[in-house]
Amino acid sequence: MKDFIHLFTQLDQTTKTNTKVNALVDYFNTANDSDKLWCIALLSHRRPKGVIKTAQLRNWAAEIANIPLWLFEDTYHIVGDLAETLASVHPNTEHKSDKNLTEWINFIIEIKALEEEAKKEKILWAWNQLDQSGRFAFNKLLTGGWRMGVSQKLMTKALSKSTEIEESTIAHRLMGDWKAEETTFHDLIMEQKEEDLISKPYPFYLAYALEQEPSELGEVDDWQIERKWDGIRAQLIVRKDEIFIWSRGEELVTHQFPELEVLKDILPNGTVLDGEILVYKDDEIQNFNLLQSRLGRKTVSKNQLENAPIIIKVYDCLEYNGKDIRETPLNERRTILEDIYTNYTSEVLHLSECLQAKNWEEVIEARKESRATKSEGLMIKRKDSTYQIGRKKGDWWKWKIDPLSIDAILIYAMQGHGRRANLFTDYTFAVWKGEELVPFTKAYSGLTDKEFKEIDSFVRKNTKERFGPVRSVNAELVFEIAFEGIAKSTRHKSGISLRFPRMLRWRKDKPKEEANSLEDLEKLLEQYG
Amino acid sequence: MSLLKFTKKGIYCEQAKVYIDTWKPVDYAIITHAHADHSRNGNKHYLSTSLSKPIIQYRLGKDISIEGIEYGEKRVINGVQFSFHPAGHIIGSAQLRVEYKGEVWVVSGDYKLENDGISTPFEAIQCNVFITECTFGLPVFKWKEQQIIYNEINDWWKKNKTEGKATIISAYSLGKAQRILKNIDSSIGQIYTHGAIYNTNEVIQHMGIDLLETTLVDDSQKKKDFEGALIIAPPAAIGSSWEKRFPIHETGIVSGWMALRGARRRSAVDRGFVLSDHADWEGLNLAIKATQCEKVITTHGYTDIFTQWLNEQGIEAQVESTEFEGEGNQ
Ligand SMILES: [Zn+2]
Ligand SMILES: [Zn+2]
Repeated sequence: MKDFIHLFTQLDQTTKTNTKVNALVDYFNTANDSDKLWCIALLSHRRPKGVIKTAQLRNWAAEIANIPLWLFEDTYHIVGDLAETLASVHPNTEHKSDKNLTEWINFIIEIKALEEEAKKEKILWAWNQLDQSGRFAFNKLLTGGWRMGVSQKLMTKALSKSTEIEESTIAHRLMGDWKAEETTFHDLIMEQKEEDLISKPYPFYLAYALEQEPSELGEVDDWQIERKWDGIRAQLIVRKDEIFIWSRGEELVTHQFPELEVLKDILPNGTVLDGEILVYKDDEIQNFNLLQSRLGRKTVSKNQLENAPIIIKVYDCLEYNGKDIRETPLNERRTILEDIYTNYTSEVLHLSECLQAKNWEEVIEARKESRATKSEGLMIKRKDSTYQIGRKKGDWWKWKIDPLSIDAILIYAMQGHGRRANLFTDYTFAVWKGEELVPFTKAYSGLTDKEFKEIDSFVRKNTKERFGPVRSVNAELVFEIAFEGIAKSTRHKSGISLRFPRMLRWRKDKPKEEANSLEDLEKLLEQYG
Repeated sequence: MSLLKFTKKGIYCEQAKVYIDTWKPVDYAIITHAHADHSRNGNKHYLSTSLSKPIIQYRLGKDISIEGIEYGEKRVINGVQFSFHPAGHIIGSAQLRVEYKGEVWVVSGDYKLENDGISTPFEAIQCNVFITECTFGLPVFKWKEQQIIYNEINDWWKKNKTEGKATIISAYSLGKAQRILKNIDSSIGQIYTHGAIYNTNEVIQHMGIDLLETTLVDDSQKKKDFEGALIIAPPAAIGSSWEKRFPIHETGIVSGWMALRGARRRSAVDRGFVLSDHADWEGLNLAIKATQCEKVITTHGYTDIFTQWLNEQGIEAQVESTEFEGEGNQ
């Protein structure tokens, strides 16, 4: 498995996409077919599952390391990664094994059926065969969590480079319900298939953020104005009685959204639409939070389908009657889109309406309605624009609304984990209620590493009390907290919960007395809640 | 009366009226080592090891009042006997032994057990109370033999050199930088140092300590002079405009924190090398056992966890808060 561990380490060591792709290409060029297939399976979340309970692993690791379980657990909390913690507390430092990746996977699959004692014996043996990095890779096979910063897209790219097969073809061959145990690298990747062509998406056209005044764009009549929906951009393809949904990352996500399956029988063959997947419930578009619960999963549970049913809101048509119409001006494509929408109706097919505006003032007014309409701003598209490739300036603009924000005081800090294990980076913020400070939100992100370091050192010098991993600190530092939404909450002391809170900036210029109050928050709640 | 107390200004010996590694200005400060979190500005008088003295003077100013004494040399103040003993952390670093009426306390400052070839190696001192850091006081911190890490660095430099790239290593200007210079394979190529390291090296060379000659990075060099070279720079220089003068390069950090995958990823450099001037988990435990102490006081690092662990091992331990910072901020 040394070559795989090497790949794993290389992927882990770099943040550069190119280096990752090259490491994968190297691996695909040298590994045997069976190892390659397993590598692809692992990187697309198809590891053998249910082999072992992590509670057992923790117990055994603590036992071998000669430490109490609480110490293992506390350490794990700081390290932030179970496979890594399990690997690092183990005393062995020597790599003794000559098994390859496939052999290790088979070893793991065989463990699954064993009794607990026999499982333990096998796993302790394995841990002792491997050094820290080998153990880490082995544990990842057992416990999952194989992100490694390798998206499906990136893996597809590397496979494409190594095999010289087009990326979209590879992406399609990788989709669906295949199992590494039941196929081969040749059958899965190398063999020509008929559906390769029919699933092929068009590159997405992406808008630039509008930074000037909209009136500088010229006549309002030359522009099509729509809401900017806060969901997942998607391209929906119906060809030869099949449906394919591509995300903006050009990943096939058809199986994540089974609600849209019906459209393959409703829409005519040779139709490609561009739109936004949104959660739609009780006749209303729902928050992005809810949609997030649907993402990145291989299977969708019944529960999720009930809790977060989705629709697609379409705003463009790229192919009609099997013909690529991207060069046709937007207003003509819009007519075709509206025709499709009226002729082929479905509960899951919604149309993104155009806003009628006589002048830019009305557009500005409409943008203010964004929060109320569950959108994140406006899209401004030139009516005679073609559907271009990638992010291009000039014809399509997104005009987002500003986040809500409030100035709050840092009162608790906790050490982060994982990436931030040695710093105090998880904060709780409070606002004034008379003379008292009421905590109302936590926030973890939005500052630079340098700022985090500075705050870390403040926390260490200004600790008032310790409650386990949490420290209360002298109330001195003021931060502007930005958020996307605000709602009533009975679970919070403040009676308020925020959506996507983050630190917008450190207000070094503000004394703590000038931070906002609970009353200010309640006003925002009234206005936007 | 406790022999040493933790006060707002630092560790205090009331009987002798002196402070140890203070963080607020006092009249008389005994300094375990020259790192900034242990040796601060503004004290009226300093006492350190003779090896630390020139470095402290270089860092805090020529005009400070400072006296240097040898390891093992005794200094009695109002009946309290003080002596320095090697801590193995950086050049001149010491544990301070404090004895009064038969009771012995040791303030260990920062330490490591491994002999790095440049710091006087750690010696265990028997005591009643042992005051210790625990920067890496978790069982996931296990240092590999240092030669393995030097080999990793050498291999990486060689690889970069064959690709025509420069190699930049981020290392603290006092301690890590000299340790790398002492142990790197200098036959691979030219070695440059950032001013902060170059100047520290000069101070150390003046003390008669043998250290590899390096070239100071200044405006006289051209981009292509650095191709295939190794550049050692303090963490603050990495990612700053100073870095722009170099051709295509890879950057690596040498730190105990690199043992954590998360910390390595946050640093966003090309390579992380796990090498520290602090004791690892096993080192801390060994050092404490070797003192045969009755009580341990932990001052910085994973104090809460490490203290609970010691107590469960039957070693009485408690946490005192200080303003020491451990690896990462020196
Ligand atoms: Zn130090
Ligand atoms: Zn320290």
